[in-house]
Amino acid sequence: MNWGDRISPLVKAVPPSGIRRFFDIAAEMKGVISLGVGEPDFVTPWHIRESCVHALHKGYTSYTSNYGLLELREEIARKIYENYSVTYNPRTEALVTVGVSEALDLAIRAILHPGDEVLIPEPCYVSYKACVMLAGGVPVPVPTTIENEFRVTVEQLEKLVTPRTKALLIGYPNNPTGAIMPKQQLMAIALFAQKHDLIVISDEIYADLTYEGTHTCFASLPDMRDRTILLNGFSKAYAMTGWRIGYALSNPEFIAAMNKIHQYTMLCAPITAQLGAVEALRHGKDKMEKMVAEYNCRRQMMLEGLRGMGMTCFEPKGAFYIFPSIRETGLTSLQFAEELLKTEKVAVVPGDAFGASGEGFVRCSYASSISNLSEALERIRRFIK
Amino acid sequence: MKRLLELLEKDCNQPIEQLAVLLQISKEEVAAQIKHLEDERIIVKYQPIINWEQAGEDRVTAMIDVRITPQREVGFEAIAERICRFPEVVSLYLMSGGYDLSVMIEGRTLKEVAQFVATKLSTIDGVISTTTHFMLKRYKFAGVIIDDREEDRRLVVSP
Repeated sequence: MNWGDRISPLVKAVPPSGIRRFFDIAAEMKGVISLGVGEPDFVTPWHIRESCVHALHKGYTSYTSNYGLLELREEIARKIYENYSVTYNPRTEALVTVGVSEALDLAIRAILHPGDEVLIPEPCYVSYKACVMLAGGVPVPVPTTIENEFRVTVEQLEKLVTPRTKALLIGYPNNPTGAIMPKQQLMAIALFAQKHDLIVISDEIYADLTYEGTHTCFASLPDMRDRTILLNGFSKAYAMTGWRIGYALSNPEFIAAMNKIHQYTMLCAPITAQLGAVEALRHGKDKMEKMVAEYNCRRQMMLEGLRGMGMTCFEPKGAFYIFPSIRETGLTSLQFAEELLKTEKVAVVPGDAFGASGEGFVRCSYASSISNLSEALERIRRFIK
Repeated sequence: MKRLLELLEKDCNQPIEQLAVLLQISKEEVAAQIKHLEDERIIVKYQPIINWEQAGEDRVTAMIDVRITPQREVGFEAIAERICRFPEVVSLYLMSGGYDLSVMIEGRTLKEVAQFVATKLSTIDGVISTTTHFMLKRYKFAGVIIDDREEDRRLVVSP
């Protein structure tokens, strides 16, 4: 019996993650300095961990509302209002999910009809395309380039939009490029979305990690609030990746639809983690700002370090990734990453793992200590000589 | 300046080049600022934090609460200065509350510390009483958790 034949064609059609393959090689080796990690090197601030321990002591071990704890939804709505002046009703327009990953999946499944197309600027987070495919949709990659600072433009979008296009899925600050979108350019995108009546899913998980100017929330643009499914979470800014808490904000119809899937598949996000998230929003701002300042330092260091050895490198202005071009080496992204790992034991992620337009680049995460980064830079310098 | 101090407090062995990049100023500027901080005794000293127990060295540390009679004109200062001078004294603080000075003493043996308290400290004019507490274990010192190796538990590569 060939069990492989019994797997759903929808699942079969999704290619295995490019990162996964590389991970298997890197995980076996000893003495590796990893710039391949997509999560903070900080552990969650102690006050957040402590609040969770306290919650367990007190016996908070039950389910919560499908939508998540109301106090958490209220804190989320408050933060979004304070930062971007967008108002959401915490009772009907907010949904707490198991990480942004779940929120992304719910958003896509809630709106897509089989065959619907979704415009996805690339390079981008690895799940975008896969989630669309798993929902029976058709991902339409919109390549961005280093010349455009990895920003998506309306001209490109106009070329690829069709009558079947249902949504636009953007993630800025961007993983893997570190690109951000200034308000003016987002305005143009907003007009485009309106013109073609598209839903915009905006993954803003790295919003707090913006190093130049302030982050513009897509839902804060004129007439965009109800058209947007805003996704965010706690993993990056509060160093809470393993807690798996994210959230979605949108109009009540979309949130109710997403909740319908959520309640039958996930029921609710873990209560202890939700309580930790409440603590993060109430008292975590100082610690978070300290971490952001630290990332900014490292960002400068990596940028100067990589440019200093002659690499073409776009200045990332958000997230904690830097995305140097490796074209001058004559190697492909995968070859470069494999060779670098084998000869100098530095792990980076080949850019094509994030979409075809990532070929010719590698993603280096600077969520690592200053001493690790400076050693890694030294090794890369030796490697490209 | 504050940012530089924070960086040095975390790791004073960082090369100047690195500090310059992190602070986005020139090497010369960093060197000048450090010199200024040293001259002003804002940076008092650079020294490592040593876990002597780990080094197999037995040391005895005691915290001594000292009550003293403040003296005319100089208050607590004169006595505090005298106590400071003893090399056995690791730190000395003026306290509010039930006693006046908190003296931390380090010696090789219990006897040595006891001897110091009996013969040197309590015999100083103006010292009314001493209460000696011996330290049993050090968990955290100078902001550093002694036995803390928070290893990197992250996956080597993740999206």
